[in-house]
Amino acid sequence: MTNAIVVEDLRKRFDDVVALDGVDLEVEHGTVFGLLGPNGAGKTTAVRVLATVLPPDGGRAEVLGHDVVRDADRVRRRIGMAGQFAAVDPNLTGRENLEMVGVLSQLPRAAIVARAGELLERFQLSEAGDRPVRTYSGGMRRRLDIGASLVATPPVLFLDEPTTGLDLTSRNELWDMIRELVADGTTVLLTTQYLEEADQLASRIAVVDGGKVIANDTPTNLKAQLGSTVVEMTFADGAAAEHAATALAGTEATATDREGSDLRVSSDRGAKVLVEVLRRLDAAGIEPVTLAVREPSMDDVFLALTGRHVELGAEAGAA
Amino acid sequence: MSATDVSAFDTVRDHRVPLGILRDTVALARRGLIAYRRVPQLLVFSTIQPVIFVVMFRYVFGGAVAGSLPPGVDYVDYLMPGIFVQTAVFGAIAAAIGLASDMKSGLMERFHALPMSRAAVLTGRTTADLCRNAFVVVLMMVVGFLVGWRIHTNVWGLIAGGLLVLFFGYAMSWIFATLGLAVGDPETAQAAAFPVLAPLVFASSAFVPVETMPSWLQWFAEHQPVTANASAVRALTFGGPTAEWVIKALAWDIGIFIVFAIISVRLFKKAV
Repeated sequence: MTNAIVVEDLRKRFDDVVALDGVDLEVEHGTVFGLLGPNGAGKTTAVRVLATVLPPDGGRAEVLGHDVVRDADRVRRRIGMAGQFAAVDPNLTGRENLEMVGVLSQLPRAAIVARAGELLERFQLSEAGDRPVRTYSGGMRRRLDIGASLVATPPVLFLDEPTTGLDLTSRNELWDMIRELVADGTTVLLTTQYLEEADQLASRIAVVDGGKVIANDTPTNLKAQLGSTVVEMTFADGAAAEHAATALAGTEATATDREGSDLRVSSDRGAKVLVEVLRRLDAAGIEPVTLAVREPSMDDVFLALTGRHVELGAEAGAA
Repeated sequence: MSATDVSAFDTVRDHRVPLGILRDTVALARRGLIAYRRVPQLLVFSTIQPVIFVVMFRYVFGGAVAGSLPPGVDYVDYLMPGIFVQTAVFGAIAAAIGLASDMKSGLMERFHALPMSRAAVLTGRTTADLCRNAFVVVLMMVVGFLVGWRIHTNVWGLIAGGLLVLFFGYAMSWIFATLGLAVGDPETAQAAAFPVLAPLVFASSAFVPVETMPSWLQWFAEHQPVTANASAVRALTFGGPTAEWVIKALAWDIGIFIVFAIISVRLFKKAV
């Protein structure tokens, strides 16, 4: 068995919202799999079904060979889950939270005490370990929450947007922690809205939109479709932008997209395309109002895959 | 055990045996009780309110109500059993707020993904409230003695009365557990609880004899659980037709417990 997670034609709807519209996935043992998509794409629903929290309406999902519906208890003994909110009790101390999860994971008493101490240390919470969680900062709560998902040393871990709301330092620490876990053999399924995060951690990325997987590939291949660099320009008006787009036709750009007076060019040739863009614009006598060079974002992925931008605020209630 | 040694996970203890359910219940009840210790306001509010009721009814409304009581009955002896029952009912709201908070915070989702007893989330919560109620009822008995309440039966009547109040409070916890799971938001749970509580507590024999109410209200007041339990505790501590009221009260309490335990467990399985 090489796949830790197998999902076939998974379906789930909430009243009139279709959250999962026939999702297929395979996650290889000991790897990080990234589910990338905007709010309401169905990422959280997929994680909830895999973690046995929600029953699916149709299709099949297996974790380590155990069906999430028929064998829910066996699945629960093998998974850890950290959701979007720090699911810890604010009135308990960090240690008490971890110990409670240990008891509820049916671990023997001695193992629980040792494991709680170990996790507090690992997540740099030893000093705060005996303080009530309501005195913790947001980053500390999130670390504790992830610690709680690891109490039973689960071979499969679900992380639902683990770095949302974290500052850069905490995010980088968390990324390192995830890499360590995977080095130890843990399989991680991670959802994110950031292409960079999926790219940094995952060996495979599925892009989800409207409850469907619209792409499933390695980060390298996904980015090759996108270009690793995006040059974003704004012009005085739509006509100037159109003129610029014509001037730039035939460059080594992977994709060129014009929307009103905005023009973006993506390429996997990095700085070289920027030089060429500037040279051609200069030759054509067009001057952009603004020009920025950046890494591709999830919005660029969407544009490349669906021809449309991520809809902001398209948060389906069932997300 | 290594992360990939899969078979080891089924050899650890099972939560489905009765002992496992008990263990999970204790773990979650402990969690609820720690909250009372760490956030003393929770306990202070649930004790100050009944003390205010005692003082208010004993000294403010007491004189007016006394006229409607049979001759020779002291209002404080009538009032205190009502206060105990009212305290237990108001205290039961904690189950609604607690479970709704867990749903909102995501803790409920974590519980759903753990290999634990499903029912323990509810039995743990209601057990914590039962322990809190035991503390508050004893405290209210002391307050009662201080304002002149006396036992006219014997110590067994007092103990039986105390236990009946706790059982009623426990049964009510399941009504509010159901409410909390149904609304899923602590503020809404609190707002929704009052319309349930107010008619039960005030249109009852808890504070005033039901004979003083208009006949349509009297019918409701005579046939509802707060009256049955308050009258039973009154009979146990003051005297009167004890068996009749105690049987009625137990019938209500057992009925409420069974019906709402079933409904709330069903709701829990769907609540995330």
